[in-house]
Amino acid sequence: MASQEILREEPSRGSFINDPKVRGIFFQAVVVIVLVALVWWIVQNTIDNLTRLRIASGFGFLRGRAGFDISDSAIAYSSDSTYGRAIVVGFINTLIVAGAGIITATIIGFILGIGRLSHNWLIRKICMVYVEVFRNIPPLLVIFFWYSGVLSVLPPPRESINLPFGSFLNQRGFYFLRPIWGEGSWLILVALLLGIAMAWFVARKARQRQMATGQQFPVFWTSAALITGLPLLAYALSGFPLSFDYPKQSTFNLTGGFQVKPEFLSLYLALSFYTAAFIAEIVRAGIMGVSKGQTEAAGALGLRPGSILRLVVIPQAMRIVIPPLTSQYLNLTKNSSLAIAIGYPDLTATTGTVLNQTGQAIECVLIMMVVYLALSLLTSAIMNVVNARMALVER
Amino acid sequence: MQEHDLSFVRVEMALAQSAPPSERGLGAWIRKNLIASAGDTILTIIGIVLVAMILPQLISWAFINAQWTGTDRTFCATVAQGGIQPDGWSGACWAFVNAKFGQFMFGRYPIDERWRPILVAILFVAFLVPLLIPKVPRKGLNAILFFGALPIFAFILLVGGVFGLPHVETSLWGGLLVTLSLSFVGIAVSLPLGIVLALGRRSKMPIVKMLCVIFIETVRGIPLITVLFMASVMLPLFLPAGVSFDKFLRALIGVSLFAAAYMAEVVRGGLQAIPKGQYEGADSLGLGYWQKMGLIVLPQALKLVIPGIVNTFIGMFKDTSLVSIISMFDLLGVVKQNFSDANWATPQTARSGLVFAAFVFWLFCFGMSRYSMFTERRLDTSYKR
Repeated sequence: MASQEILREEPSRGSFINDPKVRGIFFQAVVVIVLVALVWWIVQNTIDNLTRLRIASGFGFLRGRAGFDISDSAIAYSSDSTYGRAIVVGFINTLIVAGAGIITATIIGFILGIGRLSHNWLIRKICMVYVEVFRNIPPLLVIFFWYSGVLSVLPPPRESINLPFGSFLNQRGFYFLRPIWGEGSWLILVALLLGIAMAWFVARKARQRQMATGQQFPVFWTSAALITGLPLLAYALSGFPLSFDYPKQSTFNLTGGFQVKPEFLSLYLALSFYTAAFIAEIVRAGIMGVSKGQTEAAGALGLRPGSILRLVVIPQAMRIVIPPLTSQYLNLTKNSSLAIAIGYPDLTATTGTVLNQTGQAIECVLIMMVVYLALSLLTSAIMNVVNARMALVER
Repeated sequence: MQEHDLSFVRVEMALAQSAPPSERGLGAWIRKNLIASAGDTILTIIGIVLVAMILPQLISWAFINAQWTGTDRTFCATVAQGGIQPDGWSGACWAFVNAKFGQFMFGRYPIDERWRPILVAILFVAFLVPLLIPKVPRKGLNAILFFGALPIFAFILLVGGVFGLPHVETSLWGGLLVTLSLSFVGIAVSLPLGIVLALGRRSKMPIVKMLCVIFIETVRGIPLITVLFMASVMLPLFLPAGVSFDKFLRALIGVSLFAAAYMAEVVRGGLQAIPKGQYEGADSLGLGYWQKMGLIVLPQALKLVIPGIVNTFIGMFKDTSLVSIISMFDLLGVVKQNFSDANWATPQTARSGLVFAAFVFWLFCFGMSRYSMFTERRLDTSYKR
């Protein structure tokens, strides 16, 4: 009886100030008040400063005439273009260098990562030295090394280094042949797209047939034939419309061809080589994360070494590899902002120039932040989709 | 029925035989590690060609052909470039590094006052080494001296202006001095701040949690340069007119906040890895929030994420090189600044200076990563998963 009465009693409450809920609300209220006061103080100061410096806030300045030149531009741009267009040019340059860097870094990184697990002692050690050297050096230093240490001490245009396929290398960059697409070359593009679509279709059909009957179909060779053969056929049918513009040496400079500037080259090479070291470590960890029993079980089922790697090890390793790989891609994109140090006009560099010319510090920094944040979110979104598809393998 | 006494039981153990000759010695090692199969042999040949292409050139550039002493550019330029070296010479210009060594270490710190950073460096090493060696006793006192007394002492000594020490502007600081002081302060600020942010992100208070998430995700989504830009162009706008920060301090704030966001994510990983039972156990002992975190959860969580923390430190150490972009002269900035010295302008100058800077950075980062591996092994007693 007595115990029931005790149970019915209200749980004993301590002091009011010891209630975690009350404390939580109190602390949050304090945080909000401090924050609001801080923001209000900052906004007041900013408004004072801006009126004192006679800077009009707002994004109207983007329509003003830029008045500066950009050395590397993928879209039409001149010093008469607007500030807005200058920033867009920088944004496109960031995308180009980040995209190219991601592809190259992935290729080098996978080769190195697999090399670090090779049975071959020499290959293992070479890959290890590479990774340990590049992981421990600032990316900015690597960029400077390519730019001031390697590319700018190349011979002048008159003594250009000849490379295969009619390309040249000198102080002013890397020159290679530029394809000129003649009339009717759209047929080639259509054929290429058609080839890819048909290859995809064949692969699907082959998989369905293998699932149903167990018969295999040489998918790889058929797709290769479709993807290369159809465009070649179109090329022949449309009367060989493709010709090349070769870079030619004249007295002082090289003319013609396609020029890759040393700024782009050094940024691209440095980002690729630097990030590759990190990707190599990720790939190594991923492959080591697949337990040996998986490989042995696959061997016991009678799979060949190539098939074991392709069907058992890599799909499982990719699951471990993709999340950190995503953050490396993001790092590379963010590191591409180091372009400003060597004068490659990426987003940070052009926006920085606009900032210096107009004094619109808040707007310019805001643009930079929003664009990089959007790029980060976009990359993670894409990689999350890839990751989700990979994770489906799990039962 | 016949008795079976044909059985034979060997009493002595057979002597261990040495491995067959094909499994012994250098030959077997080469067979196993270099030419196990046809593909392996091809890889080995490729590897040998690669090494043969790079290594001799590197050694002859860095040591054999290198110019170690000299007073100006003529020592490192070929005859055609107006120097004394034979045409086609290619070697490191260590004379340049040698001549500029003081600048690379201290920047434009006044030469008469350079004993001050040197003294700080000696004290730094003297306090750091016993802290890093596990066997040395009195870790508590040592840590107080290193994280408490040394920064104050170093600040007084480096900045000066009191006790008859002449004041040295931070704009005169440079070289390794800036790199190391930025990293030291960054590390000392970002770890506690990161822990607080991580706790905030896992807090049950919605507003605190939201603020922490916004801060962490925003900072992690933008490049450090943008943060430094913000610190150098926007901070003056945010402060009342007339109040201005030292440029060095601004960079310090930017780098510390940036590293803190990354640190927070690392610490959060550790917090999430601690089993729920530990939190509940602490609650059932009647510990308050800070006691629970400080005595039970964080010691375990931080131990789990030591590699991640050191990785963040290494990343921050490398990232300090970015302050050269907002025209401060850390090690890389000073090296780069000296390329334009007409007295030393040769094709080899930039390369030599950068290789030297790379070596210094590499030494510090490699040392940190090796020490973290050592600590990881040493603490790896309880949580082997």
